[in-house]
Amino acid sequence: MVEWTDAERAAIQDIFSNLDYEDIGPKALRRCLIVYPWCQRYFGGFGNLYNADAILSNPMVAAHGIVVLHGLDRAMKNMDNIKNTYAELSVLHSEKLHVDPDNFRLLADCLSVVIAGKMGTAFTPEIQAAWQKFLAVVVNALGRQYH
Amino acid sequence: MSLTAKDKATVQAFWGKIAGKAEEIGGDALSRMLVVYPQTKTYFSHWDDLSPGSAPVMKHGKTVMDGVGFAVGQINDLTAGLLTLSELHAFQLRIDPANFKLLSHCILVVLAIKFPKEFTPEVHVSMDKFLSALAIALAEKYR
Repeated sequence: MVEWTDAERAAIQDIFSNLDYEDIGPKALRRCLIVYPWCQRYFGGFGNLYNADAILSNPMVAAHGIVVLHGLDRAMKNMDNIKNTYAELSVLHSEKLHVDPDNFRLLADCLSVVIAGKMGTAFTPEIQAAWQKFLAVVVNALGRQYH
Repeated sequence: MSLTAKDKATVQAFWGKIAGKAEEIGGDALSRMLVVYPQTKTYFSHWDDLSPGSAPVMKHGKTVMDGVGFAVGQINDLTAGLLTLSELHAFQLRIDPANFKLLSHCILVVLAIKFPKEFTPEVHVSMDKFLSALAIALAEKYR
């Protein structure tokens, strides 16, 4: 089981309590699709992803970014049982969506960059460490049911 | 995933804007790396203070970013341009090349913090590609 210090729990809760999902979600997914263009393979039905401008103005990307970000809520609420909390979503991403689990890590990195940009210097090294640890646990849980 | 002409132009233009803060960027990135990826501290057991912003960390952050700045100038042939630095890292420092991407990620985080408007997704992708190419050139002489 993952051990969390009080400081780590506080850092995570603090980030989520100030999180503007409608802003950060779209920004993170757009950045992921631009910085790691091979991720676009999973979004064939999203229309025009032909260049950065198209991705930045695509309403389906924006909407889905919000969905994905809310997907982290269950981890934040179940920090002591993230592994089991994501069992079903892991099966979904593996069996139905066929997403290479390495992509979870790429999106997590983009999310960290976007949150860093929003929080500025408040995103201290210690808070970055807690946040990236949290995302690493989620990423690991999402990849667990692949076989 | 080699650097296109557009990537090179983007990196050079962005570097022009940030070079003045290279020392701060390097120190902040290195500070973060040591906290976020504690295994990297194993390379600095000879320093007395590994805490974020400490004197040895800031000094070394400057050294590292001076290297990145040098690499920007060698962007048209990183392998040739970074030969000496590669030999240093391969034969003397012997830093596991897996660590290059950890520092690269921290540099990108610092750029997002210090230049929120300029560090657009397009700049991000070119910088990420550049730092990856830099890491490959740095690992050239390892084996």
